[in-house]
Amino acid sequence: MPGPSFVRREILPERAPPVFASGPVLWLRENLFSTWFNTTLTLLSLGFVWYVFGHTLPWIVQSSWTANSLTECRQQIAASHGPGTSGACWAVIRERYLQLIFGFYPSRLYWRPILAFVLTLAALCPILFTGLPRRLLWLSATAPFFVPWLLWGGSLWGLVAVALGFFLGYVAFRLVTPLVGELGGAIAAGLLPVLWWLFGAGPAAGLMQSILPLGIETVTSRAFGGFMLSITIGIVAITCSLPIGILLALGRQSDLFIVKTICVGFIEFIRGVPLITLLFVASLLLNYFLPPGTDFDIILRVVIMVTLFASAYMAEVIRGGLAALPKGQYEAADALGLDYWKAQRLIIMPQVLKISIPGIVSTFIGVFKDTTLVSIIGLLDPLGFSNAIRADTAWNGIVWELYGFIAAVFFMFCFAMSRYSMYLERKLATEHR
Amino acid sequence: MSDPSNARDIDRSRMAVRDEVAIRIIGMNKWYGSFHVLRDIDLTVHVGERIVVCGPSGSGKSTLIRCINRLEEHQSGSIVVDGIELSSDLKNIDKVRSEVGMVFQHFNLFPHLTILENCTLAPIWVRKVSQKEAVETAMHFLEKVRIPEQALKYPGQLSGGQQQRVAIARALCMRPKIMLFDEPTSALDPEMIKEVLDTMIALAEDGMTMICVTHEMGFARQVANRVIFMDQGQIVEQNVPEAFFNSPQSERTRLFLSQILGH
Repeated sequence: MPGPSFVRREILPERAPPVFASGPVLWLRENLFSTWFNTTLTLLSLGFVWYVFGHTLPWIVQSSWTANSLTECRQQIAASHGPGTSGACWAVIRERYLQLIFGFYPSRLYWRPILAFVLTLAALCPILFTGLPRRLLWLSATAPFFVPWLLWGGSLWGLVAVALGFFLGYVAFRLVTPLVGELGGAIAAGLLPVLWWLFGAGPAAGLMQSILPLGIETVTSRAFGGFMLSITIGIVAITCSLPIGILLALGRQSDLFIVKTICVGFIEFIRGVPLITLLFVASLLLNYFLPPGTDFDIILRVVIMVTLFASAYMAEVIRGGLAALPKGQYEAADALGLDYWKAQRLIIMPQVLKISIPGIVSTFIGVFKDTTLVSIIGLLDPLGFSNAIRADTAWNGIVWELYGFIAAVFFMFCFAMSRYSMYLERKLATEHR
Repeated sequence: MSDPSNARDIDRSRMAVRDEVAIRIIGMNKWYGSFHVLRDIDLTVHVGERIVVCGPSGSGKSTLIRCINRLEEHQSGSIVVDGIELSSDLKNIDKVRSEVGMVFQHFNLFPHLTILENCTLAPIWVRKVSQKEAVETAMHFLEKVRIPEQALKYPGQLSGGQQQRVAIARALCMRPKIMLFDEPTSALDPEMIKEVLDTMIALAEDGMTMICVTHEMGFARQVANRVIFMDQGQIVEQNVPEAFFNSPQSERTRLFLSQILGH
């Protein structure tokens, strides 16, 4: 028996793992067939998958693409796959897909929403992918003016007048700040554009239009529908709810009593009320409160309501992130002499938003899917349209094909958002790289 | 405890204490709710002084130095830092904070920024120096704390000792007149304490005004020109290190010293 004394003279080198501890066979054994219980579960699951696909795939494949009505569909399927075969009637999608996408938008103007969509995607790219040249951010800054103009049309001067408001705000801030300080500058920068939009912009745009008519054909909000409507509402609500949500979350943590109370009240009220109620308020009640004859666009009203709704949820998601951030980060930022807004922008928010990515994207996806609720107040989003299509005698009784198509398109968008959030999380992971 | 016997010789040529006052605290009191954390604190720190504050946990020593850059608010008395009185005026507070560097127990580096960005952020946004100048300053101080090669890494990739040295460099990049250390070595493994203490000693040799809350008595003996002992929110005893360690006057001090030096 040697004694307890032991001295290591050399450090052992690293060695490769044995062959049976790697490779696909190991993966199968570890993940699918590790115990008899897991083996049973694997076999049962495979059986279930086989059962589901065995029934849906033939239905999807044995289909009709050319018929003009549901009855014709059934005849075609019976003729080609034998009587009694149930198959999908994709012909309805072929016939109505343009309507499902564009609603009643005039077909000769389809290029406008398409261009608007491409422009929106291009404008989002430099925001979503920071590797792109920073100069592209100019596109992101100007797209919010051009996209609505493309969609609704009208005078180019209207667009200029609206943009001028922001410019006025900037000028006011630069001129007033040296005189009365930053708070006065911020108030002037907020007040002047609002006054301009309320009283100056309309007449000015009208005047310029009468001098030099410039513009494209107007399309009213009633012509909007289908996925175009969902995407319009969804993108505006998503892009606006994040900054508003951040401000609400910060306001909720504020030491200023009135700011805090307003933010808490807003968040709790909006979260406590179903979205449908808010949409009904937007579509019906607002008309009673506004002066008679006011033309307050229905889509604008809905967008505002959905944005407010999303903002309240976003604020709580961000608040969770704020609570998760160690107090030391605030202290370090303070100790370096950063003021409140600089600390928020440079230290707090980059980390809080990173922590909150899963929650933020969940809220985004939820908002995008909730846009289908506008069908309840009579707007023809894809679901509203599917009801209209099913009311047509030719397609009376068709269900799965329409909803399947709508679900597939929604899934595409939502899955893209989800994948993007995972990409972003990986990119921002600096802790254990 | 770092052992003073194996310490290197300290270059005292630039460590003179000057007559100007860096910090003057008069009759300062602070409460957390109804709990009286700091009681009638009077303290004057001259430019170039190196003060070590020690005391049992909960004695208010961290709170004291956190009051100096207003991370904590005091309720009565006055604190004047570099000629600026700390009041609720936010402009003054930010001004004081940009003149006073602080190093925390848990480093508090910004994990989403590289080491270099950690060091350049405040100079660029608070001091308004150019990007180029900020990077030069940052590299200068990173070399001073002997980790310039880590500049492009993230804090999470560094060891605790390295992170704390970065935190010191980050504070120095603001070119502060006063440095506050809040238990800078308490969260470190024993192997890493020495590298941080060496950095602090080098800083003292450059004549920096420092207030350190620490239990590193070896550091106190070598570098401090005054040791302050706090208990129950009060300054119980202060003296030059020699006298403080060899002939403590108060019973509390003697008990405390015997507890932390006894093993």
